[in-house]
Amino acid sequence: MSNIVFSNVRKVFDSGLCVLNGVNLKIEKGESHIILGQSGGGKSVLIRCLLGILELTEGDIVVDGISVKDPDRWKEYMKKFSILFQGNALFDSMTILQNVKFAASQINKSKEAVDEIAREKLHAVGLEDRVFDLYPAEISGGMQKRAALARAISLEPEVLVFDEPTSGLDPITGGVICNLLKDTVQSLGVTAITITHDLRVAEFLADRVSLLNKGVMVWTGHADDMRGCGNEFVENFYKASNVILRK
Amino acid sequence: MNMLATLGKYSLATVKEIGKISMFSAKGFRCCLTPPFYFKEMRRHMVVVGFYSLPIVALTALFAGMIIALQTYVGFTRFNAEGAVATVVVICITRELGPVFAGLMVTGRVSSAIAAEVGSMKVSDQIDALTTLGVNPFRFLVAPRMIAGMLMVPFLVLIADIIGVMGGFLISTSVLDFSAGSYINQTVQNLEAIDVISGLVKASFFGFCMSAFGCYHGFYSDVGARGVGNATTSAVVASCIGVLALDYLLTAVFFGK
Repeated sequence: MSNIVFSNVRKVFDSGLCVLNGVNLKIEKGESHIILGQSGGGKSVLIRCLLGILELTEGDIVVDGISVKDPDRWKEYMKKFSILFQGNALFDSMTILQNVKFAASQINKSKEAVDEIAREKLHAVGLEDRVFDLYPAEISGGMQKRAALARAISLEPEVLVFDEPTSGLDPITGGVICNLLKDTVQSLGVTAITITHDLRVAEFLADRVSLLNKGVMVWTGHADDMRGCGNEFVENFYKASNVILRK
Repeated sequence: MNMLATLGKYSLATVKEIGKISMFSAKGFRCCLTPPFYFKEMRRHMVVVGFYSLPIVALTALFAGMIIALQTYVGFTRFNAEGAVATVVVICITRELGPVFAGLMVTGRVSSAIAAEVGSMKVSDQIDALTTLGVNPFRFLVAPRMIAGMLMVPFLVLIADIIGVMGGFLISTSVLDFSAGSYINQTVQNLEAIDVISGLVKASFFGFCMSAFGCYHGFYSDVGARGVGNATTSAVVASCIGVLALDYLLTAVFFGK
């Protein structure tokens, strides 16, 4: 399990757009941390910076003493993470089983072990053998999410990152996936970072919550303390989430 | 002053783009030479580039050979040199038309497909997923396509050479009243190894060029269907220009004074 420290993280794109402006955050080992915020608030960019997909403009991210900027320990750094992408990002040209085997083969050399691990992980997320040889386009969104989760956990990461895990799913499937994520995180005992704009998902999964608004971390605290914390942005976020659409 | 500024801006952008493509190609080529290699991906792309392009290349070569035989015959009869038709056909096909036509046809088919596939992978986060799995996207996506291009386009050109010469032979013997024996004799006598080798070397460069442009435009495509569409168009246009520019350069290297 990993301890993650974001120090004064700043990200400015070539176009001059500043998406993250001095983000400071500490995530303890084994906690389930939610990064909550509006669309376009910088949540996905923050995660992409954490995973080294985007370079930081300023600041640093350190995981168990290894900096994201340290090229000598890059492989060691990356091995700690696994991500469940918003759109699942399953490889179109591979079957479900091949997708998971491809991930498992990155840390296992023996073909038999890779096959065994891939099948075990797919069963663990509730997928049946009949879908193993299908391509991602041939299964439902919920099944794709499960397959992507199986691929993520087959890397045996210390930190699991979930990017909008319920987006695009109906409420029932979204609920099932949320339960699956919670069970998976608890059974593996890993650190989990979830980014979402859905308060229900946040309250269900979180140990601690951080609210990101326009590239600035406006509040961090325990999930139970979020309601009535007195922070104006948090209050407004609650109010906005409870708006009922009228005819 | 405004016009000068605009011209300068576009010149700088062009130079920057050329630099980016060169760096991208060099990085991709380095991954072709050093392990790990993804043989399964390589095999898949060799089939896509080589096997599935075969019918279109064969047809193009056949018609090219037939057209050269006819045109040469018509032109050469003006100064009683129609006996040289077989020589012209074999030299034109092996040195120039086989590699260039095959290169352009494969470019149209494959470069666009590469740009669209890689572009879609980028848009759907599959390239980022590779990075997070600890797989270098250049090794997994670019190198197999470059290797497939460099190996399979020469193979296609070799077949195009044979079919193109056969096309010339068919027209010459069936329409232009050449005797089969003398046509074949003349073809074999005037064909030199350098004619075929230069064509195959060109083909290898063309294969590299179309894969590099396809991957580059896919990698840097904008998000959305429109972005991927634009990347596909840019890849085909750039690859075709690249093939013709390389053709001139390599012709100058092989046969220039």
